[in-house]
Amino acid sequence: MLKIKDLHANIEDKEILKGINLEIKAGEVHAIMGPNGSGKSTLSAVLAGREEYEVTKGEVDFGGSDILEMSPEDRAREGLFLAFQYPIEIPGVSNINFLKTAINETRAHKGQEAVTAKEFLALVKEKSALVELDAKLASRSVNEGFSGGEKKRNEIFQMAMLEPKLSILDETDSGLDIDALRIVANGVNTLKSKDNATVVITHYQRLLDYIVPDFVHVLYNGKIVKTGGKELALELEEKGYDWIKEEVDAVS
Amino acid sequence: MTTTELTKKDMLLESLNELDFSNEPQFAQDLRSNAKNALENLEFPTSKTEYWKYTRIGKIINKTYGIQHEASDSNIAITPYLIPELDANIVVLVNGFFRADLSKIENESGLNISSLKDAVNNSNPFVENSLGKIAKAEKELFIALNTLCYTDGVAIEVDKNAVIEKPIHILNITNSDNLISNTRTIVKAEENSSIKIIESFVNLQGNESFTNNVSEFFLNANSNLEYNKIQNKNGESYQISTEQAYQLKDSNFTINTITLQGTLVRNNLNIEVDAEGCETNLNGIYLGEGKNHTDNHTIVDHLKPNCNSNEVYKGILDDNSVGVFNGKVFVRPDAQKTNAFQQNNNILLTDDAVINSKPELEIYADDVKCSHGSTIGQLDDEAIFYLQARGVSKRSAINMMITAFVKDALDRVSIPALKNYIDLKIDSRFN
Ligand SMILES: Nc1ncnc2c1ncn2[C@@H]1O[C@H](COP(=O)(O)OP(=O)(O)O)[C@@H](O)[C@H]1O
Ligand SMILES: [Mg+2]
Repeated sequence: MLKIKDLHANIEDKEILKGINLEIKAGEVHAIMGPNGSGKSTLSAVLAGREEYEVTKGEVDFGGSDILEMSPEDRAREGLFLAFQYPIEIPGVSNINFLKTAINETRAHKGQEAVTAKEFLALVKEKSALVELDAKLASRSVNEGFSGGEKKRNEIFQMAMLEPKLSILDETDSGLDIDALRIVANGVNTLKSKDNATVVITHYQRLLDYIVPDFVHVLYNGKIVKTGGKELALELEEKGYDWIKEEVDAVS
Repeated sequence: MTTTELTKKDMLLESLNELDFSNEPQFAQDLRSNAKNALENLEFPTSKTEYWKYTRIGKIINKTYGIQHEASDSNIAITPYLIPELDANIVVLVNGFFRADLSKIENESGLNISSLKDAVNNSNPFVENSLGKIAKAEKELFIALNTLCYTDGVAIEVDKNAVIEKPIHILNITNSDNLISNTRTIVKAEENSSIKIIESFVNLQGNESFTNNVSEFFLNANSNLEYNKIQNKNGESYQISTEQAYQLKDSNFTINTITLQGTLVRNNLNIEVDAEGCETNLNGIYLGEGKNHTDNHTIVDHLKPNCNSNEVYKGILDDNSVGVFNGKVFVRPDAQKTNAFQQNNNILLTDDAVINSKPELEIYADDVKCSHGSTIGQLDDEAIFYLQARGVSKRSAINMMITAFVKDALDRVSIPALKNYIDLKIDSRFN
């Protein structure tokens, strides 16, 4: 579904991603862990198409097309979803109205008919219930005045509305209490199928108790330096990142 | 014959000399000759004139214009300029003259709409008593110019206790190139009455034409008057527009100024709040593109206690366009317990767009609540990306952001069809 080959990316002429290789297949859950500043959010932003980042080398194939050539909206329409680490507030833009536009522009892109008002409302009701997001909240301005947890649940609500093929959750667990964490994880697990895939970026093993990964990758200094099964997350939780840093730094 | 060169003013006046008002009643002729005298002492503003500091009017005055002498009977399709889904009395002015044949007026009980020319010629008592009383020729050259040679316009009188639901839509059309037109609107809302007016200024053809219009609004006790001005002149077009309002006890005056297009647009709003318990709302949106220059000057003069004024102006400036905002609020010594709020926010879409924003408060009373603020910014790239990342096109995302940005400046447009119309106009502009 997603193939990243030797991806290098800069911001303001500083190289942040230094050769990422990663392959994700339908039905899989991948976790990406790593110390602060290692490039996890940069990787997700580059995949989502943020213009500030300059890709200097490498390829990213998503479902058979070169994603790096596409606009951010076309990537989303093709089924890529990014739950932002820091969801932004957009005063005056209605959460529901913008999602309706997003869904209809996506449908138009695929040559499908626009969603009817009735269908859309039913969808909102179903999906907001899934992440226990107050329907009133769902229809306010995007994230405006939302608590940290509500912002994260709104991200998963949007993901549920858009039904993406590949979801990247960038530290969706940070700042969540255990109940919110369970709600978010439950939402993600409910949406999981053999046809879609999930990338969970996290610092903490605890999310991975709920969303169980098939693969765990460690991103350090712009590269994936280690890959393992779910037990790698437990090891990291126990030992921290220093041993990995030492391993990597010793080699280079 | 002297050899002195004719000034720009002389030249403009000379072309207007061809207009003949000698059949008008005495009061009207007196008003015009008074304006003529006033003009002797008034000069075109220069870069040294504080009130016009950021707006050069060379474009307007270095031209020669033709004038129309009487209403024509040319057929004009006005439908494209009407507001969809709006049931309104339609008053059409073309090139400075009322066109009964194109208008659709049903004067219901308590409402009297007429051409200003007719009202003057019939010595309508309200017009005779009020015309030029608050828009005074001595004050400003462009008011004097209009008073000297206004050709026609609209007179609206709303009787005591008359609450008029159906809005009046004045369609002020220019359909000749290089034409100067001076139109005038005068409105009186009697005690406890209520009225909503829309005036849209459009060009059907009207390249390098100049509209110099003046409006006077008289609000008696406990009356409500909403005036919505839609400026949408395409091509090379110039407009100087003066609105003068006078408010009595517990009256409510709202003026919305929506500038969608126009090469050079200057709006002068002057509101005298001369009694207690009044509310004044003055809001505006201006969209600049190309080399457009839009200048909004507003003055609210609080003379008496216990009044509120609210002002929200939002500008979106693209390309090399220039915006000017100067909002002045006076709170006079008597005007205790005044609440005056003023805000001007701007978005510059390019590095070359310019805004000169100057909110000003002059407060001479001590027990007042006043605030003002002015912001200049860009559209938030992060927000646009967020929307795109959900599948919304960049165009739609920008559009959503702009609609959100201007929203509170439209809060006081109380006519739903008009609000939709403005939304659509803004929408199509950024789509
Ligand atoms: N907009 C930016 N400008 C400059 N440097 C940035 C910017 N965004 C991120 N960085 C740098 O890129 C590196 C990786 O950041 P990030 O991808 O956010 O890491 P992570 O998500 O793994 O914590 C950090 O050193 C950070 O300082
Ligand atoms: Mg991060």
